[in-house]
Amino acid sequence: MKKQYFLNAAIIDPKNSLDEMGGLIVSEEGKIEAVGKKVNKNNIPSREKFIDLSGKHIFPGLVDMRVFVGEPGYEYKENFKTLSNAALAGGVTSVVTMPNTSPIIDNVSIVDFLKRRGRDKSKINIYPSASLTKNLEGNNMTEFGLLQKKGIIGFTDGTKTIQNSRLMSRIMRSAFDLGCLIMQHAEDNELSQNGMMNDGVIATKLGLQGIPEVAEKIIIERDLSLLEDFNCRYHISQISSSKSLDVIEKKKDQIDFTTGVSINNLSLNENDIGDFRTFLKLSPPLRTEEDRQSLIRGINKDLIEVLVSDHKPEDEESKRLTFSQAATGASGIETLLPLSLELFHNNSIKLPKIIKLLTSNPAKVLKVDKGNLSIGNDADFCIVDINKPWIVKKEKMISKSKNTCIEDKKLQGKVTNTFVKGVELFKL
Amino acid sequence: MALLEKAIKISQKHLLGIQDLSIKDIHLILDEAKKFISLNKSKNKKLDILRGKTQINLFFEPSTRTQSSFELAGKRLGADVMSMNITNSAIKKGETLIDTAMTLNAMHPDIIVIRHQDSGACNLLSQKVNCAVLNAGDGRREHPTQALLDALTIIDRKDKVQGLRIAICGDILHSRVARSNIYLLNMLGAEVNIVAPSNLMPKDIEKLGVNTFSDMKKGLKDCDIVMMLRLQNERMSSSFLSSNREYYEYFGLTPDKLDYAKKDALIMHPGPMNRGIEIDTKLADDINKSVIKEQVELGVAVRMACLKIFCE
Repeated sequence: MKKQYFLNAAIIDPKNSLDEMGGLIVSEEGKIEAVGKKVNKNNIPSREKFIDLSGKHIFPGLVDMRVFVGEPGYEYKENFKTLSNAALAGGVTSVVTMPNTSPIIDNVSIVDFLKRRGRDKSKINIYPSASLTKNLEGNNMTEFGLLQKKGIIGFTDGTKTIQNSRLMSRIMRSAFDLGCLIMQHAEDNELSQNGMMNDGVIATKLGLQGIPEVAEKIIIERDLSLLEDFNCRYHISQISSSKSLDVIEKKKDQIDFTTGVSINNLSLNENDIGDFRTFLKLSPPLRTEEDRQSLIRGINKDLIEVLVSDHKPEDEESKRLTFSQAATGASGIETLLPLSLELFHNNSIKLPKIIKLLTSNPAKVLKVDKGNLSIGNDADFCIVDINKPWIVKKEKMISKSKNTCIEDKKLQGKVTNTFVKGVELFKL
Repeated sequence: MALLEKAIKISQKHLLGIQDLSIKDIHLILDEAKKFISLNKSKNKKLDILRGKTQINLFFEPSTRTQSSFELAGKRLGADVMSMNITNSAIKKGETLIDTAMTLNAMHPDIIVIRHQDSGACNLLSQKVNCAVLNAGDGRREHPTQALLDALTIIDRKDKVQGLRIAICGDILHSRVARSNIYLLNMLGAEVNIVAPSNLMPKDIEKLGVNTFSDMKKGLKDCDIVMMLRLQNERMSSSFLSSNREYYEYFGLTPDKLDYAKKDALIMHPGPMNRGIEIDTKLADDINKSVIKEQVELGVAVRMACLKIFCE
């Protein structure tokens, strides 16, 4: 590989507190050789060709902590290859895959298969998670230690929550001993039973069973209380409401934990469901506009550290049903960054903060050296025209499943190139 | 006058819910229905307004009065009425609602009447077929013809809805009848009281412009109409109430509770009734107070009006 020079870009690298105009040099080995304002036309060899990125941004490759891939078992929804292509189109170069596959990622023997498939079929960095309990049944713990040794990055039951408090306490103790990361989807099953959307006047009008905010809050309260005894590495996968944020704010100084939010909950609210739009049936559900705004405040107050796509590909057939029968979730990995940029354009969150939540913060939670432009690291990065206007069209989506929840939305900002280990794998 | 009425057209292609209708639409339907009341009492009840039209009744939930009422209404207007028997159909074999809709659509019906256990099912159907769709009840969301026949019954007895105080009592949470009635009665200028135990009260319902009560006596105070709803035990997956007898004690309509309403208050119920649970059996049959049978009678007229208007 030839050495590559990128000049005149606005570079944001939160890990290294970099937010300046400058350049980036990628070595022959695909590593970051130099970055920042000191890289300019005057101090690179004059015979070398360079790429002028005037008007564009360079961000570290995004780290998406919550991605569902259909492999194994649901390849018709998404496989590693289609996921990887969709991710690259969105500037995402590292993902944590959820264990909700068929079979479920709950034992050591399947991890090898998963890693092999991930390596052979995808061009991005795949970090598989495994389930907290065998077969996602919420009864018996999986082998955290052995799975971790095999390369499992963290443990979660994905779309399910550990309901049993005693089991949760034991999981935390084990995770504490073994240094594992626990990622909890916070939802009390009894309170959210048959629920389809936020519990409120819209649910009342649509005649749909609601999911009250307290279903999320009560699990967070419980887990944070349990965490006081054994402060393992604990991450709340996603929160959706202002009430959950209040609990987090109270405990933030006392114990160590991190919190994520999906771009969907940050950009949309329950009104967007309109006339039973099943593509907006999500978990956690979209809540009120007040909740959405409080989540933005939560980010600005550093109460929420991680922003995820919650990419959940579902085929058309499972969405072309009545709202109660339709599958939950939206495909969103390729729109994660553009939709996040909307929060910058409308002055909700500053750009470096958004990038931090998409790169260095999740990397820190996962304890991986990704999502940064540190010298000597793999050159995983994306080039973004943050002002480019475009419209989301499902037929143009790269993911195998087209269930975007922002169909026809006008966005500003698009990834133009994505590099992994110095190789350009996506070009607009 | 007749010419003028014909000039007014309904604003919607489908009848999916009261929410979609304008006040003009409501009056159009109610005025049309009034014309059919006397016809339904006469000896020869058959008209040919809908001759050559095909009406398909698609009932995914069991129904006696609504289904037979729609069937009769279509037949009296001269339409060819086909009632699908869901238990024997392809739906039982795993066909989706959209595929069923496409199949039926290929047979070129002029109107489809649908009842479905899922809220919004009629909306989904209406997006996929070319003909008009009439909602005969979708999940908990709406049951527009029931609200229209309730309004017609009230107007028939009280001459108006405007200014009346109307209590809707019981299982509001699971009730599409309550929701449609709230929209319609509000539009027609009534004051609506909702009376239910907190466990059966939908979240934020007061935002729909109603007063809420969990004490029946307070909720019935000075009411002109007391509308009782059926306790929908089949939709209750977990414990909402301790027992039927306790429910009857606190929320069943009994003479002593009815005393709080106005002396000439009327009792309504969309049926089927759970006697001795939500309503005292003698009150239900009291010809001076109960208009439950009249509701059924006017139901046919309202459905004839809807079929006529939406078939055009």
